[in-house]
Amino acid sequence: MSADNLVEIKDLDFAYDDRPILKGISMEIPRGKVVAIMGGSGCGKTTLLRLIGGQLKPSRGEVLVDGLSVPHLGNDELYALRRRMGMLFQFGALFTDISVFDNVAYQMREHTDLPEELIRDMVLLKLNAVGLRGAHQLMPAELSGGMARRVALARAIALDPMLIMYDEPFAGLDPISLGVIGQLIRKLNDALGATTIMVTHDIQESLLIVDFIYFMSDGKIVALGTPDQIRASKDPFVHQFVFAEADGPVPFHYPAVPIAEELLGRGADEQA
Amino acid sequence: MSKPSSGQHVLLSIVARLGHQVNDALQRLGFATRFFIMLLACSGQSFRRLNLTIREIYFSGFQSLLIIMVSGLFIGMVLGMQGYETLQRYGSADALGVLVALSLVRELGPVVAALLFASRAGSSITAEIGLMKATEQLTAMDMMAVNPIARVVAPRFWGGVISMPLLAALFSATGVFGGYLIGVVFIGVDEGAFWSQMQASVDFRYDVWSGIVKSFVFGVAVSLIAVFEGYDAVPTAEGVSSSIKGTVVKSALAILALDFVLTSFMFRET
Amino acid sequence: MSRKLLDLWVGFFVALGLASVLFLALKVGNLSSANFAESYLLTAKFVNIGGLKVRAPVKSAGVVVGRVAEVHFDPETYEAVVTFSIDGRYRFPKDTFALILTAGLLGEQYIGLDPGGDEKMLKAGDVIAKTQSAVVLEKLISQFMFNKASE
Repeated sequence: MSADNLVEIKDLDFAYDDRPILKGISMEIPRGKVVAIMGGSGCGKTTLLRLIGGQLKPSRGEVLVDGLSVPHLGNDELYALRRRMGMLFQFGALFTDISVFDNVAYQMREHTDLPEELIRDMVLLKLNAVGLRGAHQLMPAELSGGMARRVALARAIALDPMLIMYDEPFAGLDPISLGVIGQLIRKLNDALGATTIMVTHDIQESLLIVDFIYFMSDGKIVALGTPDQIRASKDPFVHQFVFAEADGPVPFHYPAVPIAEELLGRGADEQA
Repeated sequence: MSKPSSGQHVLLSIVARLGHQVNDALQRLGFATRFFIMLLACSGQSFRRLNLTIREIYFSGFQSLLIIMVSGLFIGMVLGMQGYETLQRYGSADALGVLVALSLVRELGPVVAALLFASRAGSSITAEIGLMKATEQLTAMDMMAVNPIARVVAPRFWGGVISMPLLAALFSATGVFGGYLIGVVFIGVDEGAFWSQMQASVDFRYDVWSGIVKSFVFGVAVSLIAVFEGYDAVPTAEGVSSSIKGTVVKSALAILALDFVLTSFMFRET
Repeated sequence: MSRKLLDLWVGFFVALGLASVLFLALKVGNLSSANFAESYLLTAKFVNIGGLKVRAPVKSAGVVVGRVAEVHFDPETYEAVVTFSIDGRYRFPKDTFALILTAGLLGEQYIGLDPGGDEKMLKAGDVIAKTQSAVVLEKLISQFMFNKASE
């Protein structure tokens, strides 16, 4: 493994029961970069994040994070590794029974013996970084979707992780919040010296902030490149994705018999 | 052409569905067992932070106080009235205290308190854990290197196990008081006979203690069902609501079936 | 909610629960009378114990002095062997007489102890030699009928 890569994925297969989700994925995530994994809904992007976080075990292949083979770690080692990872879930997944402040302080209290005054300062700094220091005593239910996402972001970076993972950070946000989150992802990555993996299907926002993009479709990587390469790409899949065309390599229709056959065929049956 | 007739088809599909259901049920039972072992294994870890469990005793125990005491009082008063009706026909109204106390301490206290507990505290435990699962809070916790079974499930389980016997005792005690209220204060059964006959016939080890043991067993069963149903919920709104229903129905069945088994063990001698 | 308030309410709940257990034990149950005092076991053999059950009272002069602990059948002598515990405060002479009596006409059966005049006292584990079996109502009636018939 090259020392420049924080995460390396080699020839990875994964299946739920008998249904294959990922087929022979290989990937390299260099240290300090923001990398996006893109693809349509249900192509296995989120599954890939879970494999990196060790919540799922691959049926074949290797996942290396900072030189450690994630599928082969014991429980304690895995938990030790996860303390150095932060993850933002699709809808934030804030703990709804405690305040914004306590959400951000959660990992500090669980994993460290720091005095409460120090925790307080750290939490306020994290919340300040996402612009919500003033909202620290609110409950999660009182936040808007964009604010909740920012609080979750503050929580994900609470312990200054080396790797930050985002699962659909832009889903369901208005354009302003979307821009804010995009800028935060970039800034926080650079400020913390971390590495970021972002799973999303929002191509326009991603092109603005990431260093590298992997395109996935049907469990395989179909295209990759820097934002400039992607914009210039002639690949029909990338073209369809970037310009949001309804039909192309990703078909509009679910597989079916030709429509003429289905409609006329049934008519023939009824006549008989 | 030798197509199976439609009758055969129906039969085959019934057999196939039955097979699937048995298969699913066994799989769930296996998972439940594994879950229970994980829960016990994590319990040491969560006992080291006792305030988590104390919090859950507050939610499942303290917050059930009112419903338990009011129901206990009413059941005791009904027992007092019905018991007096029957006993006075045989001229043994003095034994009213015995009847009220024995029915409550041996059966009604543990069973009715457990049924109330399942619908009041059990369902809310399931809802809480199920919603945390549906909103990915449990996954998030796991990704933060905090074991959700130790942090969320085990405290709720032990909170229920500790609360249940106390609630059942409280139920029986308020019930006896209710019986006293109706029997002695309103109807006018002799107070001395009421208490002394009761004391002479209710044995601590035999009656009171077996009631406590029963309620402890019910507490384990209901709490386990509640946390498991929540943890195993399908992470959608419908999934959580069907889990809550599952908690109430399965707890009730478990309580009544266990009560039968325990009673036949405990009171075999007489 | 603050930690202190939470602890207070939980403490209140636990105290109330324990108080109920205590109430059931002392006021409703019989833990207050005896049980704390040491007791000792005696055994007696009866030809017929009628409906005597475990935990039935043992009375002397009408006062409860103990309870039946165990009943089993002796396959060699074909007798019922009854073991009962007696409150440690009470001692009975060696020649005490044990009878099975009925409370009222149809009430529960209990063991009555009639103390004798012996100087020596019964010790734990001793067997009471003199016993009288339960009165079985059917036998009594058939006896009465036979007597009537033979008159």
